[in-house]
Parts: sequence; structure tokens; C-alpha cells
Amino acid sequence: MCLPLVYLGIVISDAPGTAWDALWRDRTARLAGRSLGLAAAVALSASAIAVAVAWLTTRTDLPGRRTWAVLAALPFVVPSYVGAYLFVSALGPGGVLVQMDWIYGFGGAWFVLTLFTYPLILLPVRAAMSRLDPALEEAARSMGRTPVDVFRTVLLPQLRPAIAGGALLAALYTLSDFGAVSILRFDSFTRVIYQSYKASFDRTGAAALAALLVLVMLVLFALEARLRRGRGSGRTSPGVARAATPVRLGRWTVPALLGCTTLVGVGLVIPVVTLAVWSTRAIAGEPEWSRILTGAGNSLLTGGLAAGAASLVALPIALLAARHPGRRTRVVEAMSSTGYVLPGLVVALAMVFVGIRVAPWAYQTLFIVVFALVVHFLPLALGSMRTALLQVPRSVEEAGRSCGRGPVSVWVTITAPLAIGGTLAGAALVFLTAVKDLPTLLLLAPTGFETLSTQIWSRTNVAAFEAGAIPALVLLAVSAPPLYLLVTKDR
Amino acid sequence: MSARKLCRLALTTSLVSTALALAACGGDDNNGLTVYSGRNEDLVGPLFERFEKESGVELNVRYADTAELASTLREEGEGSPADVFFGQDAGALGALEKEQLFAPLPPATLDGVPARYRSTGGTWVGTSARARVIGFDTRKVQEDAVPDSVFELVKPEYRGKVGWAPTNGSFQAFVTAMRKISGEDVAAKWLADMKANGAKAYDSNIVLRDAIAAGEVELGLLNHYYVLEAREADGADYPVGVHFVDGKDPGALVNVAGVGVLKSTDRSPDAQKLVDFLLAQESQQYFATETFEYPLAQGVPSPVGVPALDEIANPDVDLADLDDLAGTLALLEKAGVL
Repeated sequence: MCLPLVYLGIVISDAPGTAWDALWRDRTARLAGRSLGLAAAVALSASAIAVAVAWLTTRTDLPGRRTWAVLAALPFVVPSYVGAYLFVSALGPGGVLVQMDWIYGFGGAWFVLTLFTYPLILLPVRAAMSRLDPALEEAARSMGRTPVDVFRTVLLPQLRPAIAGGALLAALYTLSDFGAVSILRFDSFTRVIYQSYKASFDRTGAAALAALLVLVMLVLFALEARLRRGRGSGRTSPGVARAATPVRLGRWTVPALLGCTTLVGVGLVIPVVTLAVWSTRAIAGEPEWSRILTGAGNSLLTGGLAAGAASLVALPIALLAARHPGRRTRVVEAMSSTGYVLPGLVVALAMVFVGIRVAPWAYQTLFIVVFALVVHFLPLALGSMRTALLQVPRSVEEAGRSCGRGPVSVWVTITAPLAIGGTLAGAALVFLTAVKDLPTLLLLAPTGFETLSTQIWSRTNVAAFEAGAIPALVLLAVSAPPLYLLVTKDR
Repeated sequence: MSARKLCRLALTTSLVSTALALAACGGDDNNGLTVYSGRNEDLVGPLFERFEKESGVELNVRYADTAELASTLREEGEGSPADVFFGQDAGALGALEKEQLFAPLPPATLDGVPARYRSTGGTWVGTSARARVIGFDTRKVQEDAVPDSVFELVKPEYRGKVGWAPTNGSFQAFVTAMRKISGEDVAAKWLADMKANGAKAYDSNIVLRDAIAAGEVELGLLNHYYVLEAREADGADYPVGVHFVDGKDPGALVNVAGVGVLKSTDRSPDAQKLVDFLLAQESQQYFATETFEYPLAQGVPSPVGVPALDEIANPDVDLADLDDLAGTLALLEKAGVL
């Protein structure tokens, strides 16, 4: 899983002097600061939105709450450069809806990336919330605490691991994103890495900067570990999962609905309407439907395979992290996550470099695509699976063992069913991220293997962005059913 | 659905799909000639199809971004499955030549194209060219009123009337040429003055062209074929014209797309066949009539509606010298244009 790191090491050791120079340019520190600032801002705002939506859709009587959860997570499948462009054309100068000049720069990048990353926190937090023992909350409420108090003093502390893990993912996503920052003209660290590759064909400089990004990730990792340290969030009473009695929103129903409507309106309706308007123009050009359908099938195939494979690979690491925490485990976890903070192009080129030398038989096959996607997106599966396993109390497993069941039997009949919600949430995140991935597919897929994301790229590359509207809409449409299955499975 | 059922379902689905996927990969043997194409399928796909039909050589074409494919080729090194690289700009081709990944092309192939549109090292050759022009709104501006130099665009009379696309690769190559021809300081001043004069930034050449047609700006710094393409689609009364600036001006830069054969190929006769095919009369004609680019092989007429390539004198700059894109990006950022 740390193959990208090996690649970076090899490239840098080729020309350490050049790498050193690239790091000591005056703008390196400035850009790292800017990018970290953006990542922190995005992580904070995305956490706030995600926790609110998660609470509303698991703990209250909000009408249509499962549908809201799916709709709120869906915008994530739009590739970030298309999404950013959609917002620029809807809200930017000369925009269709309103004109907001701040869309370029920090403000716009913060706004758009928040909308694109809060699902990374929403899905794990929702999964965690619906597995929490409602007894604690009920006890607190029976003693006269208000729902807000209960949320703050009982629910939130128990959710800390899930929120911290999700916020870390959002921050890392922001650091590695290229599409949104380049369209929104925010000068970030990743932009320089791309420029090193694309403008000056300087792989050493790019590798040095990418290595620095990994270092930053390790620091964030340590920070996250502090945030969730010492929190076991197992159920206090053994027993089967029981639905929490929903909080009656009462007169708050309308404001809550309004909030959800605004969020979905901004995050999903604006992009979809803009895409739909563009599609009507593109349809006049007689799109090749059979090709788009094949692309949709291939997207589902790669997304599904990546989600399944990532869950399988994450399992032993998550078990280790949940059951045997310690410094060594942290190292394993951190190493297996290095792929996530790196820009997609760097991971894809690392897999090119390693793949063609180590496994030429698999080079440019679906096998290496799935492998690369797992290397890239493993933390998405890992984080939420670990949180889920942490929520399974040891005492329940021990009870199973004491009744004479073997460890495998206990695992299959007790642990796995209890942790399935978080696992599926993680798989959903991998799926959503994999279907929009671009560099891995363009460089490593079998020749001629098209997915919706490569079709969007190909169309927007030769013509205007409008031309990519149909595959983008299809991507949203085909991602919705699997997402619905994964999001609503918990009860 | 119970969690267990769902688990079983998910497992079965993933097993079945893995099996299917592996079966699908099994058929992927490397029979044909492998081309890495940085040029879009919509533009060159029909050409490749015709090559397959005429030569009987099967092609596996990988379409992706030119610079990313060049980076991929470098990471692949000796073991690259690619035989031929078809790139969008001279910069990427030059970088691969510098990495010594290209095999030399035979003189007969090179000589088919004027010297300035091929590599001095003899490893790649231009297949078509694009010229920088000033597009103008024909309803508001007479062609003889369009300036003959991009340096005139900073005058007060053009305030807020000019559009450009700073993120576009061809625009950036033009700025690189300006740095080489006129010097860093002149280029920096020009960018700052343009910005101060209210030049409007657009996300791509297409958006910029459409903005001229919609009357948003009167003039725009474009590649010539964007206008020809729209004129073909919309008819002769399309309201955007192209003006070629003075040949000595950096704004008259002509850049190329080109092709090279990888050293690592084990199919060099077929690879050579493809290169020669791209330079043959019929393919060159295709560029002139379908993509509206300038053909580079001698004796093939230019696209309709623009002067011939040898009539638009070209600023004296070696295309291979336009590889300092990093410096240009730094300059654009400093000027607050990017």
C-alpha cells in the first residue's frame, strides 16, 4: 500500500539535489500554508454540515430522512473539476443564477470543496450514529436534558472518532484535489505538483513536493489520533441494535426541512439543473447512447470492484487498529494511507512505474486499475470500518466465546453483523470516489476501456464543458441506487 | 434486507464481477500497434480508422492528456507498450526527445515537412499547425481596424474590449514566445498592462470565441481553427472573424501537433507506416478540412478562409525553445492573471 512512497523515494534519490532545490523555493512554504489553511477550513465546515445532517437523518422524525441522506451524499460523484466549473457557470461572473465574484480564490475553493467533501464525514458519522446505544441518550433525556444538551454532552463525545476520522479524510481530499482548485484559481500545493509534471516535465521536483505532502499527512494523522484517543464507544448494555426513539422535531420540522432543502438545493439541484440545461443542447448533437451505456457499466464495474477490494484489504488493518491499538498499528495505518493524500496523477504514475517493472502481465489491465484505486482510496474504507469495529464491545464477543463459540464463529455471527453498517459506509465512499477517478483510468485501464469519467474528460477536453453534461448526469443517475442501498441498510 | 443477506449478496456480486473482469482482461493481448494519443479521439479517431483499413495494421489507441502521456512514457521507460506518441504540442515532444525515448525518423519523412515544424534532433515531426490570431466581432469592428500587434491591445481604446484565455496551453506558449522574442520585462509589462486595461479572462478558447459571438467582447486572443470550426457549423455569416497579426509579432506564433516513434518499439516498420500515413496527402487534407488546422506536408492547400502558412510570416523562435512553460506560469501568476 505504500508503493507510491517507494516510487517517490526512487525518483528523489535519482537526483536529490534537484529535489532539495524544489523544496526550498520561496513559494513552497507559502503554498503549503495556504493549502493547509484551506484544508482546515474545509474540514471544519464540512464536519458541521455532516454532523447536522447525520443527526437529522438518524435521530429525528424528519420526513423522508433516508432520501435526504442519499440526496445529500450524491453530489460527491461529480468529478471536482466539473463540479467547480458548474458552480463557476452558475454563480460566478456572468453566472446564470447570481454573480458572486468571490467564487475565484479562497472563498470559492472553500465553498465548493466543503460541498464536495462533507459526504466523506456524513456517511461514517451516520453509520456510527445509528449504531450508538440509544440507552445513554434516553437516560439523559429522562433526567430532563433537552435534545440539544443530549446532543452536545452525550452524542457528540461518542461520535468523536467518527467525526475526527471523517474530517481527516476531508482535509486530505482537499490537499490532494487538483480539479476544483485549478478551476477556481486557488493557488495550492497540488497545482504546483501538476505544473511540475505538465509544464516543466520535472518529475523530481514533483516527487519532492509530493513527499512533503505525505509528511503533512502524517502530522494530520497524529492530530486525529489525539482527537479520538481514549474513547471507547461500545454499547453499555449488551444486546441487539435497537432503534433510538426519534427526537420529535415539532415546530423545528420546517426549519430542518428548509436547511436540508437549501443544502441539497445548492449541492445537488444547482449542478443537476445546470447539467440538464447543457444536456438539452448536447442531445441535439445526437449523443452515442450505446457508448454512454457501456461507460456507465464500466464505471459501476470499476467502482464496485474497487469498493469490494478496498473493504477486503481494509479488514485486517481495521481489526488490528480496533483491537490492538498502539504505536506499531498507527504506523501500519499511516503507511496504508499515504496514497490518499497524493494527487491522483502522482499515484497513477507511481503505479505505472512499479506496475510495468514488477507485474508486466497485469500492466494496463483492470487488475492494476483496481489495485491502484485501492492504493489510492484505502483510507476511505479503513476509517469507517475501524470506527464500526470500535463500536462493537469486547464484552459481547467475549460472551460469545464463553458460550463455547470459536473465534471465527464469533466473528461471523457477532462482530461482522454489528460492524456491517460502518463497513458499507466505507465501501460507499470508495465507490463514489472511484467512479469519478480520472488519471488511474486514463493511464492504466485496458486500451479502449471507457468509463463515464473518462467520457466526461474526453468531451470537455475537445469541446466546451457543456459537452460533458450527459455522461455527468448519467454518472449521477447510476450512482444513486448503489448509494441508496449502502446508506439505508443500517435499519 | 438483513445485514447477513446483504453481505452475502455483496460478496457474490463482487466475486462474479471479478471473474467477469478477469475474463475480459484475458482477451487483451497486444496484437496491434500501440499509440499514445494526446490528441482527442473526436479529432483524430477517423484518421486512425482509415489507417487500419488501408494498412491492415491494427491499432490500440490510448487517449489521454498530452503531458500526462509524456510523463507516463518516461515512467514506463524501456518496457513501454507504446510504439508511437502523437502529441498535441511541441513542448511534450521536445521533452521526450530530451529523455532520449524517441527513435530517429528517416530523412525522407523529416524532409516532407518544413524545417521549423520538426525537431532539430530528427526524432519527431509536426503533423499539423495552428496559428495564433486575434478574433474579432465582425458586427462592430472592421478587419483593417484590428491591430497588427498584440502590443497595441493595451491602448485605452481597447479598454474592457479584449478577451483572453490564460489557462489555455496555446496562450501560454504564446506568452513563452513573447518572453523569448521581446524579453521577460516586456512580457511582464504587457501582461500587467493588459490586466489593467480590463482584459476579460475566459476558461477556454471555445468560451472566449462564443463570448465574441455573443457580443461580450470585441476582440480575443485565439487559435485560428476555433473560429473556422464555428464558421463551418454556423454558416458564412458567423459574426467572428480572424485577423493575423504582423509576422514579427509574438502574437503570430504558429505551434504544431506532432508524432514520434518510441525507441522501445518492436514494430518499427508499422510505426513508420503510421507516421508516413499522417503526413500523406489525404491525411494532411483531413487536417485542413476537418480540424481546420494547417497541413504541414508540402503541396497540400491550407484551410479555406485563412492565408497560406508560408504567407503568415512567423516570429523567429525555435519551437523547441518554448519548453520553459514553468517560467511562463510563474510570470502569469505574478501578474495576477492566473
